[in-house]
Amino acid sequence: MSRDSRDSRGARAWRWVPLTPATLLLLLFLAGPIGYCVWIAFTDTQLTGASGSHFVGLDNFRRAFADEDFRNAVWLTLVFTVVSAVLGQNTLGLALAGLMRAASRPVRTLTGALVITAWVLPEIVAAFLLYAFFRREGTLNAVLDWLHLPSQNWLFTLPILAVSFANVWRGTAFSMLIYSAALAEVPRDVTEAAEVDGAGGVRRLRYITLPMIRRSIGTTLMLNTLSTLSVFGLIWAMTRGGPGNRSQTLPVFMYDQAFLKSLIGYGTAVALLLLLVGSLFSVVYLRLLKVEV
Amino acid sequence: MRPNAPPTLAPPVLALALGLVLTACGGGSGAGDTNTVEVVYNRSTDNNIRFKDAFLESVKKEFEKAHPGKTVKLIPVQAPDNDYATKAQQMMRSPKTAPDLVYEDTFRINSDIKAGYLKPLDDYLAKWDAWDQFVDTARAAAKAEDGKTYGVPDGTDTRGLWYNKEIFAKAGLPADWRPRNWNEVLDAARTVKREVPGVIPLNVYTGKGPGEAAVMQGFEMLLYGTGADPLYDPAAKKWVAGGKGFQDALGFVRTVYGEKLGPDVSDALDPNVGTRVATEFFPEGKLAISLDGSWMGQNWINKGPKEWPAWEKDLAQAPMPTQHGQAPGKVSMSGGWTWAIPQKANNPDLAWEFLKTLQSRENAVRWDVVGAQIAVRKDVAADPRYLSSMPGIRFFTQLVPYTHYRPALPVYPQVSTAIGEAMEKVTTGDASPAAAAKAYDEQLRTIADGAVVEK
Repeated sequence: MSRDSRDSRGARAWRWVPLTPATLLLLLFLAGPIGYCVWIAFTDTQLTGASGSHFVGLDNFRRAFADEDFRNAVWLTLVFTVVSAVLGQNTLGLALAGLMRAASRPVRTLTGALVITAWVLPEIVAAFLLYAFFRREGTLNAVLDWLHLPSQNWLFTLPILAVSFANVWRGTAFSMLIYSAALAEVPRDVTEAAEVDGAGGVRRLRYITLPMIRRSIGTTLMLNTLSTLSVFGLIWAMTRGGPGNRSQTLPVFMYDQAFLKSLIGYGTAVALLLLLVGSLFSVVYLRLLKVEV
Repeated sequence: MRPNAPPTLAPPVLALALGLVLTACGGGSGAGDTNTVEVVYNRSTDNNIRFKDAFLESVKKEFEKAHPGKTVKLIPVQAPDNDYATKAQQMMRSPKTAPDLVYEDTFRINSDIKAGYLKPLDDYLAKWDAWDQFVDTARAAAKAEDGKTYGVPDGTDTRGLWYNKEIFAKAGLPADWRPRNWNEVLDAARTVKREVPGVIPLNVYTGKGPGEAAVMQGFEMLLYGTGADPLYDPAAKKWVAGGKGFQDALGFVRTVYGEKLGPDVSDALDPNVGTRVATEFFPEGKLAISLDGSWMGQNWINKGPKEWPAWEKDLAQAPMPTQHGQAPGKVSMSGGWTWAIPQKANNPDLAWEFLKTLQSRENAVRWDVVGAQIAVRKDVAADPRYLSSMPGIRFFTQLVPYTHYRPALPVYPQVSTAIGEAMEKVTTGDASPAAAAKAYDEQLRTIADGAVVEK
């Protein structure tokens, strides 16, 4: 910024002037609420049933770790994230991107349009579509009946897998787009050279393509994971976290505690812990990204 | 900002920023509009059920005619009851969004009073002749621990067993069925299961989805038939933990769903099951018995969501018996809703004027008739239009002497949520009644801050 040393301190201070409104707004609307949230997590604030709130230190966090339902929610969140983001969206996105490179233009256009449609649908619309697909009298069971395969009540017997599948269906397009761009960057002559040297498809993928798009893989994993960790509407509309608490991931658990049980303080503490889970994932991915080819 | 920055620009910049901030924070309700009463109420999730909306619209017209220049803004919240309450509580937190009048379930009102959301109405009530017409239990419904009254009830309800005489005839059960204890209720359901396949024998609301409907119509109708004060001990002022009645009531629910006497478990746990019972299971002859409320008939009368003229002929009611038939032999629960004025309302006086119009004798009769409510006013209860409004209204009014009210305490809604979870666990078979009761006891200690008594 500074072009010459004749800049006096006063002039440098001047540069802050245009930034003031933005800084103020950020402080007010971003830092303020975040700070307030952190504060609330250390109090016993309630939505109803108590007039005041008091500072209770780490009580909410102690309570969370002793709470069987919280542990269940952490476990389900990990299952949901690993199954739907890391395995589902990521692998399927890469596979689709790879297949589309080899496909003819009309096939490519059609597939792309279908996958992206699922992505641009509002979350709640997608949730109801998938609810209608999985419910007992839904499309999936109708198809299974028609094929004379045993049908079952998916949302009741395998709720966490049903919502995981829903999230894969909805979020794959994003990975597919990133991977399509990444694969387009892989130079043709390198893969062709490997082919001439007699490397098969699997070996080419493993030793050439994947290392070359490693950075994109890291980025995709990170973004997928963070967006999947915070999925609420999809699960809420499909199962409400039930039956029992068999699909109650952390965001749903948080809502249940804060707004259904009125324990705003405890719910906010859980939200902070969710933030922690997200950061852990991010740190792991950043570490993975640092490795040079 | 550095202190040595020229001050010339700072004020306008600050002013601009503040201006932005202030405009961004706008968009609340018409704060300062003294001529509008904002009324928040819950609209049914079934798009065919609009009798409450129609009634409020007509009162709005009447009020606006009588008070030129004043308007009533009806704000319906279409959501399940739990979500409606959450939304209303959040609106009441700020004067910008607080309505002037809010419809409150009596079981939550103490919780909201304690949170400081509502205004005491004693000054208004003292000058209101009609208040003497309200029966004492109703006047106490919205009375807080501080002795002040915070809401005006518009009706109450009782609960019992509804059964389908046609299905009973097919199953060889009597048309004037009067079960004397829990076992006779279950036996009738088992008979229906055996004799009339394809029909749901017995509906008992359960689980977190239906929320308070499950806790009150389902669980408490059982629990209060097991002994005296099974949930809260008013003498000791403590909640009851480790009760045998509690386990037995869960055991009944477990039996219903374990023996497949109830609706399919995933249907039973769905938040909309109540709507389905009223508009689908009963009218289509798919359900034999339902442990349900006095208001059921409103679904099938004129302008109801599901026209079903034959219901008076097909359905009958029986009182819910106590566990072993011990005295008094019958059990019922009562609740109801009240109109209350939020502490942060902009126009409390105008809201009160509207409330008086809402609760004029004429409108009270009309509401109890269209809402299939049990009257809480002596003058309404004696009105021939009310008494002839609905088959079964006499039956349900006769249950009033046997009825119980929920413990009207601030933490009750949390207790209710804990009960709903215990019910859901035994319904899905995830836990035995004993284990679910134990988990409830642990939650109860947290909720009641250890103020529990073992029974």
